[in-house]
Amino acid sequence: MGMLDYVRGFKVTFERLFDERVTTEYPKEKRPKPERFHGRHVLNRHEDGMEKCIGCELCAGVCPAKCIYVRGSDNPVEDPVSPGERFGFVYEINYLRCIHCDMCVEACPTQAITESKLFEFSFTNRSDAIYTKSELVVDDEGKPRKQPWELWHEGDDLNTSGWMRATSSAGRVEYEGVVGWSGELGHGVRSPEVGQSATASSEEGA
Amino acid sequence: MGFLDDGLEGLQHNVFTAPIEELVKWARRRSLMPATFGLACCAIEMMATGAAHYDMARYGMETFRASPRQADLMIVAGRVSQKMAPVLRTVYDQMMEPKWVISMGVCASSGGMFNNYAIVQGVDQVVPVDVYAPGCPPGPETLLHAILTLHEKIRTGELTQRREENGGGAAIHIEEQPTPVIITSGSSK
Repeated sequence: MGMLDYVRGFKVTFERLFDERVTTEYPKEKRPKPERFHGRHVLNRHEDGMEKCIGCELCAGVCPAKCIYVRGSDNPVEDPVSPGERFGFVYEINYLRCIHCDMCVEACPTQAITESKLFEFSFTNRSDAIYTKSELVVDDEGKPRKQPWELWHEGDDLNTSGWMRATSSAGRVEYEGVVGWSGELGHGVRSPEVGQSATASSEEGA
Repeated sequence: MGFLDDGLEGLQHNVFTAPIEELVKWARRRSLMPATFGLACCAIEMMATGAAHYDMARYGMETFRASPRQADLMIVAGRVSQKMAPVLRTVYDQMMEPKWVISMGVCASSGGMFNNYAIVQGVDQVVPVDVYAPGCPPGPETLLHAILTLHEKIRTGELTQRREENGGGAAIHIEEQPTPVIITSGSSK
């Protein structure tokens, strides 16, 4: 043990000094996220502008955190909100309870609720965390409504239904490229997610 | 009411104090010292936020202080059990003013999916919370967003007192329940 050992300890530090930096400068840039990232929800609309939600409350029933509150109501005959018999009259999600498990998306029979890739939102007030229909339903161009406390980066609002557009939830190769979902306002019938066949066929063979 | 009588509390806003206030606020938000208070899986994400890839040191908060006396930010990372709640309050009380609380994750914010007898349904029942970070657990970027929200709150806040309009926290007022009147049979006469 001597003075030299002390200097030798810093050798690792100095070697790393000129390495490539791994730090992401977060508020400016963001690490790429997967297609099917579970972020905050959106309530989709059909291509003709009608809401997809039919107020069946299956999402509220399946939610393990009990963060969704839905009340259905009969569609007004003159000006129907959804193509079904009923529509989601009240739709609230408490983001201080939601754990983003995506079970509501799996349960939804009409693909009304999907999850976007947005996850950067924090609240200074508890009442901000309860999102109602005015925040969740997509706007007239089919894009999520950006709240002032949310940080959307470029392209985040395009992937609002990544899970839905996977080949199939079980990864079966015969469903590759088969469209099993309806069109969305602003996007039409979206193309399936690509690049899954290799994994799917290897799982099929095993 | 003045600086000589009341100290910092009596400081009036004027053209001389404004640059100093800005300086103090800048110093406060650029050197937040978080207390080490990891309770569950959120603490793993909190560690990841401190590590190289997200690097909280960019905001001058790389050191999680092991002593609450040296900390001014408490990141409540994880679910707070009923047994942990007095400890949490003690740690908060031991921290030096000015101090802030981030409720990280849905368990700390509202109990999350643990809606049972063991978990405190929202840490704001115990301490005043400034910023809530949603997610289960919130990723490092969500936590950084919450920290940036807190920075904004410090920047626009008052220097010498906690926010009045929300009681020092995030708009939580627990109303005192009226004492139930026990009506025994026969007392109606």
